[in-house]
Amino acid sequence: MNKNLPGALEIGLKRGSLEIKQFFRQKESVVFTLLFPLILLAIFGSVFSTKIAPGVTFSQYFVAGMIASALVNTGFQQIAIFIPIERDLGALKRLRGTPMPAASYFIGKAIVVTVSMIIQVVLLLIAGVLFFGVNLPTGADKWFTFAALLFAGSLVSTILGVAFSSVPKNARGASAIVSPVVIILQFFSGVFFIFSDLPKWMQQFAALFPLKWLTQGMRSVFLPDSFATREIAGNWETGRTFAIIGIWLIVGTVLAVRTFKWNREEPSSRSLRLSFSFPLARVQRVKSPLRK
Amino acid sequence: MNAVIEVKNLRKNYGALSVVKGLSLTINKGEIFAILGPNGAGKTTTVEILEGFRSADSGEISVLGTDPSIKGGAGLEWRNRIGIVLQSTQDTAELTVREAIEHFASYYSNPREVDDVIELVGLVEKADDRARTLSGGQRRRLDVGLGIIGRPEVLFLDEPTTGFDPEARRAFWVLIKNLRDEGTTILLTTHYLDEAEALADRVAVMNAGEIIEISTPALLGGRANAEATISWSEAGMTKSEKSPVPTEFVKALSERLGGEIPELSVHRPSLEDIYLSMIGATHE
Repeated sequence: MNKNLPGALEIGLKRGSLEIKQFFRQKESVVFTLLFPLILLAIFGSVFSTKIAPGVTFSQYFVAGMIASALVNTGFQQIAIFIPIERDLGALKRLRGTPMPAASYFIGKAIVVTVSMIIQVVLLLIAGVLFFGVNLPTGADKWFTFAALLFAGSLVSTILGVAFSSVPKNARGASAIVSPVVIILQFFSGVFFIFSDLPKWMQQFAALFPLKWLTQGMRSVFLPDSFATREIAGNWETGRTFAIIGIWLIVGTVLAVRTFKWNREEPSSRSLRLSFSFPLARVQRVKSPLRK
Repeated sequence: MNAVIEVKNLRKNYGALSVVKGLSLTINKGEIFAILGPNGAGKTTTVEILEGFRSADSGEISVLGTDPSIKGGAGLEWRNRIGIVLQSTQDTAELTVREAIEHFASYYSNPREVDDVIELVGLVEKADDRARTLSGGQRRRLDVGLGIIGRPEVLFLDEPTTGFDPEARRAFWVLIKNLRDEGTTILLTTHYLDEAEALADRVAVMNAGEIIEISTPALLGGRANAEATISWSEAGMTKSEKSPVPTEFVKALSERLGGEIPELSVHRPSLEDIYLSMIGATHE
């Protein structure tokens, strides 16, 4: 007789190991997601080795920013690019046709994000400590902040990636839309440049999004406390950092749940677009006699 | 006969466009039912409503006694009893055939044996190859494998043999008939009329959102009573004539030619001939 259906968590764990397998078998994703940040680190860390404050080099500042970026690369960027690809390939629709609970799909994604995030953070830390004079956090409270930032940051980044995955219309558009968003946010959020040196409007714009706060949080972990006076607020703003991440977590979850699409564009929207094009065509026809 | 799929007066519009206009049909347990029709006839929309991928605007729809638009846990229970083979999917490219089938097996309460399914779809030699290295036909057979791994009571097949060579297609037909003989109900959409003829117990011809006729392939469109074409060779010429009573015609011909008729052939209209005339007729 029929046994009960397997649970969402059980299937989710299986999806996690499957996602990891697929991730490492795609050379592009390994290079793009895991190695690219290391290459950036090597370039920026070597070019700008000046001291920016007593006991703080730009390389150290940059490594803190790159670790914050790692959460965006492995969460937001990976998810917002790969979900549209899976949607285009029909993978999501196929899954939708099986008794796999929707939660299992997202558990699987969370697992692959966690694994690639930890690998990337460890690689950046090793490179930072070995080549760029980065000190590991000192004291339990700094390690705790670090762990909390990794957890909350990765979570918010992934959920925003799921929410953003409905924006690209197809797989080809995904990386063309997602990558610039990430790079611009990195420039604005004090990853490539020192945040307090940026124009005011850039700082204010960046302060709306989590990356700026994650970057600042990572500085609070990796830079000496004396550096806190160089931040805009004059301190690390740890409470505000987690509050803003919390707000984005709520906003992101609501958006993700409401906008997630398992299928490619339905013909309904295509025919809607058609009916929109009719009045446009009429306008052009009206205009043309005027041009004569 | 107990009905597995029942549709009454199904309607679906996309904006001002009416895609399905009051469609009704009943599919019984253990039959292979084919839906034929030109592109844009509303086949895909109808099937996707039955698969629960789209919602109907109105009508009564029951698949295994359940409305396919059902959500939540009951929806998963229902999906546990159906299998879907979609058109042209390219996912699972980096997984081997065995990995993909094994993984999908874990979604179901009572899956088939993974090795059995690999053998059923004829991929034993490819079991440990990545899906992206498979040919079009092998890829399609993997899709079918993923569709039947859960031991479905109803199997939806959308254009299943596109890209198959003739040999693979015949092997595939045997597989589908075996599934039917085990009691699986199969809803098939296809562009190949020979496939519908070889497989389907009944066919529905759809055009412009409506079903024109539901019948067995042999009786569709009055095929059984349609005029046959008799051709033969006489005095070095090939002759051909149509007759509603071919047996009478051949008998008379045989008497006139004194026994054996050279190069005799009696050709009944093929399903394709009938289908094309049905589709053409409604275009006018």
